[in-house]
Amino acid sequence: MTPARGANVGIVIVSHSPLVAQGAADMVRQMVGGCVPLAWSGGNVEGGLGTHVAGILAAIEQAWSEAGVAIFVDLGGAETNSEMAVERLGPARAAKVAICNAPLVEGAVVAAAEASGGSSLARVVATAEELSA
Amino acid sequence: MPLDAANVAELIELCRAQIERNCEHLGRLDSAIGDGDHGANMRRGLEAVHRERAEISALPLPAALERIGLVLVMSIGGAAGPLYGTLLMELGRGLAGGETPPPSAPLRIAPADFAAALAQAVAAVARRGRSGPGDKTLLDVLYPVQVEIARHAAPARIAACARDAAQATQMMLARRGRASYLGARSVGHEDPGASSCALLATTICQYFQEHAPS
Repeated sequence: MTPARGANVGIVIVSHSPLVAQGAADMVRQMVGGCVPLAWSGGNVEGGLGTHVAGILAAIEQAWSEAGVAIFVDLGGAETNSEMAVERLGPARAAKVAICNAPLVEGAVVAAAEASGGSSLARVVATAEELSA
Repeated sequence: MPLDAANVAELIELCRAQIERNCEHLGRLDSAIGDGDHGANMRRGLEAVHRERAEISALPLPAALERIGLVLVMSIGGAAGPLYGTLLMELGRGLAGGETPPPSAPLRIAPADFAAALAQAVAAVARRGRSGPGDKTLLDVLYPVQVEIARHAAPARIAACARDAAQATQMMLARRGRASYLGARSVGHEDPGASSCALLATTICQYFQEHAPS
């Protein structure tokens, strides 16, 4: 089922481990089904543990929504590589993307639940970041 | 010295070979305080640049540096990709001075202009990594190297400074990156990012020393 593009905020999960990223995405899907655009990137360009900009960019494109995209990351490199990926979108689209300061799994699930109700990007991010408060 | 396409291609090959030779060493340093992939990540990055060296070296130097930065960002991964990528992309942008670069030709850059562009690029790396001096990162090599370059030190002096600076990270407590999770246990190990940075800096300095007009 194709999510309604532009309706709900999209969710991107970025982990050093493809298994973690995919597993977290599975948990999000279980929660919200197909009504939230969702994509993940995990592992380096060779498939080992790590993160890479091209993979993150592809995930953002896949989960793109005109309402915005919330990104959830695990460790340091996932965050810096996500920042580089967001900058490569250009200023207009980058303004619609937020990298959340929230736990990866809980953040993504809570954000997706919020997004599925049609909340704004700011609302989705705030809900997820409350977990870290 | 002016830099032409052949110089840039040679420098790329020398940097690739240097990282290749030290790949396992960098991996061991990173295993001690991080995730152990710094050597492999850097090798992947330099190999990607090396594959594009013909196209890169045909560009004017500012554009070549920007392109190298982008290739490193897309291929290194880890935390090092964005840091090295930012350094080179910002250095290229700084040297271009916001103007259309001149057509491909040996390009003379005034030492003061290079030093100014490097200072901006290093500041951009610090912002990207949200780090500063003494955090046990590659910045602990970049800052002293930048100071030496700003006072027009000879290449041999800059190289020695880079090596000393990398060694000095041994006694630092990591405050950024995965090594910071180790707390006090990060002390006593050289930072792998500082180490790769010193290796590349010494390689470049040695090249300039050997090719300096006598």
